[in-house]
Formats: sequence, structure tokens, C-alpha cells
Amino acid sequence: MANLPLPAASAQEECLDLAAMLRDSHALEVIEALDRDLVGLAPVKTRIQEIAALLVVERARAQLGIAGDQPPSLHMSFTGNPGTGKTTVALRMAEILHRLGYVRKGHLVSVTRDDLVGQYIGHTAPKTREVIKKAMGGVLFIDEAYYLYKPENERDYGQESIEILLQAMENNRDDLVVILAGYKDRMDTFFRSNPGMSSRIAHHIDFPDYTPDELFAIAEIMLDRMHYRLSEAGRVALREYIVLRRGRAHFANARSIRNALDRARLRQAKRLFAVRAAGVSRDALMTIDADDIRASRLFRSDATEGTA
Amino acid sequence: MTTRSVTRITQGQFSFLPDLTDAQITAQIEYALKRGYAINVEYTDDPHPRNTYWEMFGMPMFDLKDPAGILMEINNCRKTFPNHYVRVTGFDSSRGWETPRMSFIVNRPPSEPGFALVRTEGPGRSVQYTISSYAAQRPEGERY
Repeated sequence: MANLPLPAASAQEECLDLAAMLRDSHALEVIEALDRDLVGLAPVKTRIQEIAALLVVERARAQLGIAGDQPPSLHMSFTGNPGTGKTTVALRMAEILHRLGYVRKGHLVSVTRDDLVGQYIGHTAPKTREVIKKAMGGVLFIDEAYYLYKPENERDYGQESIEILLQAMENNRDDLVVILAGYKDRMDTFFRSNPGMSSRIAHHIDFPDYTPDELFAIAEIMLDRMHYRLSEAGRVALREYIVLRRGRAHFANARSIRNALDRARLRQAKRLFAVRAAGVSRDALMTIDADDIRASRLFRSDATEGTA
Repeated sequence: MTTRSVTRITQGQFSFLPDLTDAQITAQIEYALKRGYAINVEYTDDPHPRNTYWEMFGMPMFDLKDPAGILMEINNCRKTFPNHYVRVTGFDSSRGWETPRMSFIVNRPPSEPGFALVRTEGPGRSVQYTISSYAAQRPEGERY
């Protein structure tokens, strides 16, 4: 009798405040921080908000005793080019899922093929299980997941690892969230050859490349965190640099920008060191000038394909 | 006269209590993990009190954050050795301790026959006493 759906009259009293539930979980803070700290990535942010909404609704349903017996599956796949923020988002995701009470501990265990696949027969299963045990109560992040499956070698142990992962994803659904990450085209091939994996992942999230403006905003955030700033000429130079760099080979979005800034810091230090007799001001120590950026190989007229 | 009013062996923590439920085991492991212990699952069919070193079931578990993984191993061990004693130990590696800080039984055979008192005549009229498990008189693997 007690488990019957509530009649309309008492449903009024049982009305739950979803906004309050979301506030109490403190997940909003993480989502807002994500919104603030990560530039662009609109489709990713939308999906994270949807997942957060789903979990709050699911919790409300549980409070009224109308939740299904299976918790929603939250295994995810992050695809996108290098440097688009897959690992960063995965870390935040662990935090969000923890605050919303979906995972108990909220830690992120980041692994690649080497951590899962053994070197000889009988080595793979214990290795994969150990990783799964470590990730329980949190998020298992498998970077470059397509390396797990090597179709050219039919005796490769990767397949065994995939099977154990699938089993854990199905049986330990409330203990563990698995996030696979990798480049788009290679992950597509991976999912085509492992339909079981693809069908067990509810959320396929694609990370778009950054626009030049977004990359510039990222650069400013990075510099701010390192307590540097750009001079006016430096800003112009950096914008030009970003446009040039995007067209080059091995462009890795935010990661390329970080490397470029590290090299600019190097050149700034060299420049300041050259005039050390004159002494340097606090301002000079903090400012990256146009020269520091324009010294890059990209700006040389005879520049060949390269990364510097 | 019967001296077998209690036939449950009492070793480690909580052994005078009724068997721990999985929820209670989880809570104990949670405590051990919070203290940073490495957790072992061990089994034996020779429960003599001087048998300190039981067989290890798999590798010791370091760096775990959540008890679910350990409970999974415990259940694997129970399934593999349903008629053995299974215990969980928490090893504290911090300097000055370097020893198991926790140990409790999580599985027992359905019937525990207990121990016999063995008297050995020594020099003169002295007698030396020891105990011997009734179960351990049969070969390993057939004891319970």
C-alpha cells in the first residue's frame, strides 16, 4: 500500500525544490567554475549541465520513491583534437559527479594502455582489475583509449582488457564511471570495431577546436595564473602568432599556446638578463613584450614547417 | 563433560561478535583506507593460533580510495574458498609501526570442530601441553 504512486492531493505537499537540491549539493559552484575557467567548449558545457540536471532530478525521484532500480549510466567518451581540454574536463567531471552524489569518492584515476594491458598471457586480467579497483568510487579516465584495440595483431592482449572493462562497466555501474578519451577519427574506428563498448557509453561528447579568439582568451588566463601580462604590442603580436600557429602542423590547441608562452617567458628572461646592469622593475619582470613573441621562428620570412 | 560450548575460533578483531555483515565490513575497510593501510585478503584452512602467515588471495591492495573494490575481492575469495577461513588485514607502513594494524575474519567454514589438548611427557614428570586442530588432521584442502 505504502509504495503506491501518490494521489494528487498529497503530491502537492511532496513538491520538491530542485533548485535547493542543486544548491545543497554545491555542484553549481563547480559548474560555474568550469564555465568561468574554461573558454569556449559550448557543447561540452551544455552536456555537463544536462547531466547535472538529470542527477538532481534522479535524486528527487529517489526521495519520492519513484526511482528506477538501475541508476543512470554515465560512462562517457570524450573525442577531440589534442589540447582541447579533455583531461581538464574529466577532472572537473569527477568533482561534479561526486558533489551530486553519483560517485562516492570523486577521485580521477588516469590511465593509458600501458596501465591496463599486460605483457604476457595471464598478466592483463589482474592488471586491469587492479586499475578498476583503484578507480572504484571515482572516475576511471582512459586516455588514448583506441590504443587498447589493435586490429592488426589478433593476439594482442588489449581485447582481453576491453572485455574486463565492459564487464566492470556493466556490473559495477554504481561503483565506477569510465571516461574514454581520444582523437575523433581513431575513436570512431575503435567504437566501430567494439560495438559493445560503444553501446555501453551513454554520452559521446565531442570537443571542438578553439577559435583564435578563444585561444587568445586562454593565453590571457594562463599568463594571469603565472602572474605575467602582455604589453599592448605584445597582445597584437600574440594574436598574429595564434593565427600563424593554427595553420601549422602539429597544432595542439591550448597545449601549443602553453608551449608558446613558456618559450616567450624564456626569451623575456634572456632579454631582461641582457640589461641586468640597469636593474629591473617589478613591472618589467611581469611584462611580456612583442619582441618576446616575434622572435619566434613562425615570424621569420623563410620559416619552414616547424613548431617553434 | 563438554568443553565445546564455543566452537568458533576467536582470532583478530570482532571475533567474539556475530559474523560481520557486508555493510559492517565495508565500514571497517573504510576506516582502514582512511588511515592509509594497505589491505590484504588472506585465507587458510589451518586456523592454529600460531599459524600467523595465511595464504594471500591476490596482491595486497595499495592506493585504493573506495571499499567497493576490496569487497569485490573478498567475495571472489569467498566464492573460491567457501570452506576456508578468510581474513582481511590492514598493513600500516608508517615508520614505527610497519605491521598489520587491523585483522578480522570475514568468512568461516560452516562447522568448526575445534581443538584437542595434546599432552606430551617431558623429562622427569613434566608435561608439555599444546593444542591441535581436529580439522587439520586431514590433508590440506579437505579439512572443512
